[in-house]
Amino acid sequence: MQPFRSSSSLFTTLLSAVVLIIGWYLLVWLVELQAFLLPLPHDVLFEMWVMISDGRLPRHTLYTLGEVVIGLAVGVMVALPLAYLLAKSPLAERLISPYLIASQAVPVVAIAPLLTIWIRSVFWSRVMVAVLVVFFPILINAIAGLRSVPSEFYALLGTLRASRWQTFRKLEFPAALPVIISGLKIGATLSVIGALVGEFVRPRSEGLGFLLLTARAQFKTDGVFAILIVLAAMSLMMYGLIAILERRWLKWQTISN
Amino acid sequence: MPFLKAANLSHRFEDDFGRLVLNQIDLSVPEGAFVALVGTSGIGKSTLLQILGGLIPPTEGRITLNDRPLSQTHYSIGIVFQRDNLFPWRTVRENVALPLELQQVAAGEIQQRVAEMLALVGLRESADFYPAQLSGGMAQRVALARALIHRPDLLLLDEPFGALDALTREKMGQELLRIWQARPTTVVMVTHSIPEAVFLADEVLVMNGTNGRKDYPATISHHIPIGIPRPRAFAIQTDPEFLNCVARVREALSN
Repeated sequence: MQPFRSSSSLFTTLLSAVVLIIGWYLLVWLVELQAFLLPLPHDVLFEMWVMISDGRLPRHTLYTLGEVVIGLAVGVMVALPLAYLLAKSPLAERLISPYLIASQAVPVVAIAPLLTIWIRSVFWSRVMVAVLVVFFPILINAIAGLRSVPSEFYALLGTLRASRWQTFRKLEFPAALPVIISGLKIGATLSVIGALVGEFVRPRSEGLGFLLLTARAQFKTDGVFAILIVLAAMSLMMYGLIAILERRWLKWQTISN
Repeated sequence: MPFLKAANLSHRFEDDFGRLVLNQIDLSVPEGAFVALVGTSGIGKSTLLQILGGLIPPTEGRITLNDRPLSQTHYSIGIVFQRDNLFPWRTVRENVALPLELQQVAAGEIQQRVAEMLALVGLRESADFYPAQLSGGMAQRVALARALIHRPDLLLLDEPFGALDALTREKMGQELLRIWQARPTTVVMVTHSIPEAVFLADEVLVMNGTNGRKDYPATISHHIPIGIPRPRAFAIQTDPEFLNCVARVREALSN
């Protein structure tokens, strides 16, 4: 996906942003909304600048980003080997997949308090919530990718007497990669949600979720908005990072289309 | 002396019906020979080819290469399917290099041998293209190059030109002969084009149903040697001898 295909589409995007901001001002002025209901955009920017200059925003952002990145990384490291096992072994699939599906039937928000009981570390309990959220879409995509390998490709490698490891490296992994990466894209944004859910369940001392709850408790709605902007930027950045990797690794797909 | 031998080969599908598709097939192919396998579609030609390539174990019978069972030999096999089966994530060059990578040949040697092979099949200019950028004929050339790059002892062709248009198909037949003469090896080719079989092969094996049935179980009912001298030019397709061979194969098929 390319957000800005040409300068003219960049222009329309900018235009819509300007219209949105003007509409925001008009809404506040015409309806006479109070600042704690909907703060003005420049108040949000000012509060953001205050929180950046006193170091709060950078510190909590880094903390949450750490949870997000590590949560995604751990999720991938657990999901990919498990996907290979489930795709290759019917026995493993029969044994494990009912529990995997059952685990998805329970809302993660409901499991999160359990994790805070089991994991003492504030940081790692939140990482675990992110892992739980990220894990399933990556697993499902990786399994679908591994199963999509055409049987004639296997026949070809069979006549060439490829080993199991060679079959994985030369065929299964590259063949599944496009589907794995679309799973990663979903996972990257879900990881931010997961970390935030973890922070809401355990709002202790660090993280953007903690900062957000604090701002809300103080009726500092401009602060809440400032944090929302940072969270949105974080999600977009994670997504963009995976998109960059995709363009690098899957050059053949852009050429093929 | 026969290089590839199949004795008393029978195969039963492992589906719910367990039907017998191949019935007591015997064949022997001398080293360096080009053998074509013809028969109506669905009769089991591809199944037989896959058994010869060791991809499917036969229900009964054995296959030997130089008198040794297929599974215990170190002979290498090249295969081309009806679909090119090129890896879409690899360029032409990388696709052709695949068998050598699997054999862990040194990178420098791979580069040199792939370049030679691409020159032979006429694809030097397309080395960095991805499969999606190739025409059907070009893609089958790449598939052929990939099947020959590791100098296989046995080349199996499963209707390699079946998906091509008639003109490209004729041209690819001639190309195949030229490339095969440059890289001689034993070939078994499945085709449903009788003229193509006669033009290319030293011997045409005709598959027919047995037990009074037209379809399965099938066996090789006729071995028809093609005595037309090599090298064969495209023009021989109007010679009486060529037409005579085509007629004999056609008659064997309609029996």
